[in-house]
Amino acid sequence: MTAVLGETWVLARRELTHWRQQPFGVIVNWLFTVMIALMFGGLFGGAIGPDYFDYLMPGMFALSMFFGVEATMTAISTDAAKGVTDRFRSLPINSASVVLGRCLADLMNSAVGLAVLVGAAAALGWRWHEGLASAMAAFGLLLLLRFALLWVGIFLGLVVKGPESVTMVQILVWPVGFLSGVFVDPETMPAWLGTIAQWNPLSATAAASRELFGNPGLVPDHAILLAIAWPLVLTAIFLPLSVRRYRHLSR
Amino acid sequence: MSELAIAASGVRKTYAGAQEPALGGFDLEVPRGTIQGLLGPNGAGKTTAIRILSTLMRLDAGRAVVAGHDVSTDGAQVRRRIGLVGQYAAVDEILSGRQNLVLFGRLNHLGRARAAARADELLERFGLVEAGNRPVAKYSGGMRRRLDLAASLIVSPEVLFVDEPTTGLDPQARQEVWAAVRELVAGGTTVLLTTQYLEEADRLATRIAMLWHGRVVREGTPDELKAAVGDDWIDLVFDDPAQARAALPVVRRHADGEPRTDERRISVPVKQRTKALVAVSAALAAEGVEPAEVNLRRPTLDEVFLELDRQQGSRQEVAA
Repeated sequence: MTAVLGETWVLARRELTHWRQQPFGVIVNWLFTVMIALMFGGLFGGAIGPDYFDYLMPGMFALSMFFGVEATMTAISTDAAKGVTDRFRSLPINSASVVLGRCLADLMNSAVGLAVLVGAAAALGWRWHEGLASAMAAFGLLLLLRFALLWVGIFLGLVVKGPESVTMVQILVWPVGFLSGVFVDPETMPAWLGTIAQWNPLSATAAASRELFGNPGLVPDHAILLAIAWPLVLTAIFLPLSVRRYRHLSR
Repeated sequence: MSELAIAASGVRKTYAGAQEPALGGFDLEVPRGTIQGLLGPNGAGKTTAIRILSTLMRLDAGRAVVAGHDVSTDGAQVRRRIGLVGQYAAVDEILSGRQNLVLFGRLNHLGRARAAARADELLERFGLVEAGNRPVAKYSGGMRRRLDLAASLIVSPEVLFVDEPTTGLDPQARQEVWAAVRELVAGGTTVLLTTQYLEEADRLATRIAMLWHGRVVREGTPDELKAAVGDDWIDLVFDDPAQARAALPVVRRHADGEPRTDERRISVPVKQRTKALVAVSAALAAEGVEPAEVNLRRPTLDEVFLELDRQQGSRQEVAA
């Protein structure tokens, strides 16, 4: 067990070294969601209403977790394509360490990205109103969503072939992001679209965060419960799929 | 302790959806401290053999023991004793060469200081000191390969698998990699090396196994195999088909087999390379026939395997 922890940490640190080697790319990545928040908050906020920025930010936090899928997928598929995964598999280490190292690295990456976005939001006037404990609970739910999406990313990374598929996912994250309660309330959408958006896991986490931060927005019933349940469902589906896919490498 | 570093018998592997097995009864015995070449054309099963022996892939049937441990039941023990250099330089391109070696050192359970010291030793040994702190993305193909080899040697493995180490490298880089592999064996490691190049197997290997459609069809020292694969060839190319026709009877007198002709080209098998070359050249000069090109060459691997196929085919006919 201690061996697994040690190996996991060594592999996660590889990611930290990547940051040091390519700081520019990592920083641009963290600032990307800040830019999206500024675009929507600044450009559309005037038309939508004075509260929009406060409404938008919890959605942006959830969206930034969702963007992580792409990062996880790219890292996993690059390692597989370059033979790095095979090298790891030929080493005397536990195969769980390879996956856990990726999880830890991506969670750290997303946590820093989230902190940057929260800092930028606070600088522009966004606040939480329900106290620190409640805010921490919201951040916890956001990272729980990220944890669930890790398995989606790992699964996709093991399934896709080559950079073309990565580009496809890069495009697809947008409609999935928009078809949710991230930018606007699903109630304002045409009924059938609103229903789909309502069921988007991003909507659950966004709504629960709004409730816990005390930000404006219609909060559906059981928002927090859904924001816990959805990630657990995603994990229950994609964790076994990822493990199966990883085992499939030795077929 | 067994004298064999690798013992495989009757190993079979068929990929899902494939008609033909990738390995159809693969047998190989490699004594400790030797370099075993595994020679074969694309699709012969070389990479499959390496992936099974290095525990990356499960075998369907048969048995394989590497460094004294069964790959099917004791993979973890095998992985402690092997190094793997795959077909692509499996290193992290964003990290520097040094950071890669430290990473793989730590994953081989070396302490932080020990991993750093070992990284420096290996950079020195593979001529990468100067490039050590540059990101691998900026390395040449040969440098990546050397780093890849270095990463496989962090804890001196008992058995090292090297899959087509020089595919896609320029001649200079190929020399560098060959030198690195030779040095390894000097340290007592057993090496199993796959290659498509007869020349490479000839230069590096103590013994060569020829793989053809998933089975070892010949095994022996490079000299034994070369004797088995046939004679050298002299290729003559003429500007004019008439010249080629005039040269054929002259050339035939010095041939050790039936020449092959093709409009402006004559190829003749010869046993004593330089003697035959001189004799053919002198005879042609005496006849006043001047070839545009004269080449002495080893049979290509394609010719060797075609010959093997032909021999097997005729053997089967005899059996029938």
